[in-house]
Amino acid sequence: MSERPNKSVFDKKYSKKSQKKEIWRRMKKNKLSIIGLVIFCILVIIALSADFIADYEELAIKQHGDIRLQKPSKEHIFGTDQYGRDLLARMVHGSRISLGLGFFTTGISLAIGGFLGAMTGYYGGIFDEIVMRLMDILLSIPALLLAIAIVSALGPNMINLLIAITISQIPGFTRIVRSTVLTVVGEDYIEAARACGSKDFRIITNDVLPNAIGPIIVQGTMSVAKMILLAAGLSFIGLGIQPPQPEWGYMLSEAREYMRDYPHLVLIPGIAIAISVFSINLIGDGLRDALDPRLRN
Amino acid sequence: MNNEIKNKLLEIRNLKVVYETDLDTIYAVNGISFELDKGQTLGIVGETGAGKTTTALSILRLLPQDIGKITEGNIIFEGEDLTLVSESMMRKIRGEKISMIFQDPMTSLNPVLSIERQLLEALELHNTQNRDKNQLKARVDEMLELVGIPKNRKHEYPHQFSGGMKQRVVIAMALACNPLLIIADEPTTALDVTIQAQVLSMMKELKEKLGMSMILITHDLGIVAETCDKVAVMYAGEIIESGSIEDIFGREKHHPYTVGLFGSIPNLEIETPRLSPIDGLMPDPTNLPSGCKFHPRCPEAMEICSEELPPIIEYGSHTIVCHKFKKEGGVNEKN
Amino acid sequence: MKKTDDNERPLVEIIDIKKYFKTPFGLLHAVDNISLSISRGKTLGIVGESGCGKSTLGRVVLRLIPPTDGKILFNGENILDYDKKKMRLMRQKMQMIFQDPYSSLNPRKTVYEIIAEPLVVNCIFDSKRKINERVLFMMETVGLAERFINTYPHELDGGRRQRIGLARALSMNPQFIVCDEPVSALDVSIQAQILNLLMDLQDSLGLTYMFITHDLSVVKHISDEIAVLYIGQCVERAPSRELFQNPIHPYTKILLSSIPVPSLKSRSIQREVVKGEVTDPINPKPGCRFAPRCKYYKPECLSEELELKEVKPNHYVMCRLFG
Repeated sequence: MSERPNKSVFDKKYSKKSQKKEIWRRMKKNKLSIIGLVIFCILVIIALSADFIADYEELAIKQHGDIRLQKPSKEHIFGTDQYGRDLLARMVHGSRISLGLGFFTTGISLAIGGFLGAMTGYYGGIFDEIVMRLMDILLSIPALLLAIAIVSALGPNMINLLIAITISQIPGFTRIVRSTVLTVVGEDYIEAARACGSKDFRIITNDVLPNAIGPIIVQGTMSVAKMILLAAGLSFIGLGIQPPQPEWGYMLSEAREYMRDYPHLVLIPGIAIAISVFSINLIGDGLRDALDPRLRN
Repeated sequence: MNNEIKNKLLEIRNLKVVYETDLDTIYAVNGISFELDKGQTLGIVGETGAGKTTTALSILRLLPQDIGKITEGNIIFEGEDLTLVSESMMRKIRGEKISMIFQDPMTSLNPVLSIERQLLEALELHNTQNRDKNQLKARVDEMLELVGIPKNRKHEYPHQFSGGMKQRVVIAMALACNPLLIIADEPTTALDVTIQAQVLSMMKELKEKLGMSMILITHDLGIVAETCDKVAVMYAGEIIESGSIEDIFGREKHHPYTVGLFGSIPNLEIETPRLSPIDGLMPDPTNLPSGCKFHPRCPEAMEICSEELPPIIEYGSHTIVCHKFKKEGGVNEKN
Repeated sequence: MKKTDDNERPLVEIIDIKKYFKTPFGLLHAVDNISLSISRGKTLGIVGESGCGKSTLGRVVLRLIPPTDGKILFNGENILDYDKKKMRLMRQKMQMIFQDPYSSLNPRKTVYEIIAEPLVVNCIFDSKRKINERVLFMMETVGLAERFINTYPHELDGGRRQRIGLARALSMNPQFIVCDEPVSALDVSIQAQILNLLMDLQDSLGLTYMFITHDLSVVKHISDEIAVLYIGQCVERAPSRELFQNPIHPYTKILLSSIPVPSLKSRSIQREVVKGEVTDPINPKPGCRFAPRCKYYKPECLSEELELKEVKPNHYVMCRLFG
């Protein structure tokens, strides 16, 4: 990052309008994205305080034969599942896995895809050709199919699930980063930076990426939702999280036998997935607009 | 010339236009008035943000919906007030009686239709004489010939033409329905000088041949000197000086802004070591200065300039809106 | 004063520069065998219409794009032979001002960051305090008020933005600046302000300019010498006044007569208007490239390659008939 003026001397003299503040101001104008943000914050708080809400071992893992398949009641707000586990406890602890997984895999695939995209977009040439054709091959396989193939090859467990969905998302990020980098590289200020004698690395980190960040962040938020769905899908077909770990997708899959008589077992995880995906998408929409410097109002 | 009223094609009286957004109101045009006779060419000169294009768009009632509003004034075209006519009537007037040429020819042509198709469409839309297809096609050929494009290229698409040729096609489209008035908004700004000279001389010729009136919007005083009969200099949404071409380019007395405009152009005939530009910047259209809008930049500003609106001072056809000439006793002082 | 031979030698010499671009339709001759030189403290104006290769030439001279062939001597040394590291050092001495003040400034950086960038990149100063001082000094030099130091470019108007670009270019005390249409995107009154500023800076800092433009009145005003480009070739080169008084090449004549002059006289003058369109720069035929539009055209114009000939002292023309 380039140096800003010495704080003590400069900031007193000149008030600098913070770009973060500007973005927040624009974000606030979009009511829907604020609703999304509030819902999302609640979800995160629940996930972080899961241990205070319900005991993991006692309520979420341990089976209680005597209280199987209870309807929602005072003791068990969401009722219990087929093994007598408290559904609320499992939902709360499951949010940790589902949301954590969404963000973790997005982070990793964004880092790898972003790097590849920035390199191919900036340098072009043969490197670009090779990487992009590889990505095309990966893209030609549906994400779910690709993840299934990877998990079945490596064996179903948490780590392999993470690897599988991360890989399936890399091509998307590479594409989006590359295309935004390509438009930025054509701008005169990149040439100006070169004329100043800046090294390529500095140009990429200082001039190219900050101007390509908007679409990347938006794609990122969308991807978190996609990842949660993908993980849920894989767990649903038994290739993701293994029992007795509580994961929303797997809980949904387990409960489908009892759907007719005990619909709440399906509805609750289903609605939870829907709400989190929905809220993240709303945030993504809001961010896309807020990050565009040309939309000044 | 025997009947002056009949000769008058367009008259704008005290036109005011604002753009209203959530945050603020932009005062784009602030009470301008001018007249245009049949066959005349009026040049509107000014810098970015002077309100030239807004004036043109208001005549055609093409201001951006919901934002741009005509708050006051009349636009009288052939005796009819265009601010009052219905939208369907207005649609008929556009293209048929008044047509517009925009700065960038590429944006006014549809890239997926051939030149012939686009010209035909324009003709079919305003087919008042009920001509059949063959007659219309003949008219297309005639138009292309008029603007100097070989007939055999009519099946080509816009991207196959160079910038100058594209602008010719746009002009052909504008002329297709024999309009009474053409509004050309910076028609040659996007073109090279040699091509600009071609297009300008063609437009001049066509105007004389077809007897149309024209409003030419430009920032280039050279183009005005060459093609126009009347000039209006705009600044911050007002006409600060207007007159015949001889008044503006031949007389000594000028509004200080006009003087500044002339001083800003490097003169090809006289060697000048330094240009004498106007200091400062265009005022913020949401917060215009009091009194004379130009006074903060004016080298000859007096106390009164910031306090009172300047008077309109007339010397025959030449009008200057400035306090400076009040004392000198311009004739027929108004306001 | 430096050594005398150092002062006599032109600061920048462009020798037989060629730049061809590969296109699906053939080789595009953007710059074709151009040789020029610019003396210390002088301005060479490069005039031509769109597509004549003037912007490419400007970028080649700064080695922002590598030429296909030729030499670029700066202070007598061929900068095309420099390695990456040496070239980076060299860049401090040669800078560029861009046409579009809207795309040449990074929208995510403040005015301070933009002007300080070259200083930071090249490690010119060892302390932030010195950088700060330099930035403030540069802003004062180009006439930007201090209060803009922490604003973003999109908050400023075109003229001020162009001043930022100028401050950035000047911050490392360069000797040579390529100005690529620096005023074409600006309003006339602002254009005049920037032109005056450029000329004042040349006087006070002893700068050497290569001034690329399509606007003949601007180029005449600022240049000592002018080179007229047509489809990758330099067709005429002469001192500024000489070129405007005695243009020789038919293209230059047409170019000069095409300028609309803001005076009443211009109405009566019947202007020469060229017929025909510009020749395709892809795989151009040998001979004069202006021939298809030239009213003096003779078949022998296309017979062989032409050379720039000195017809009068310091006045070079590339034409079979008038050369």
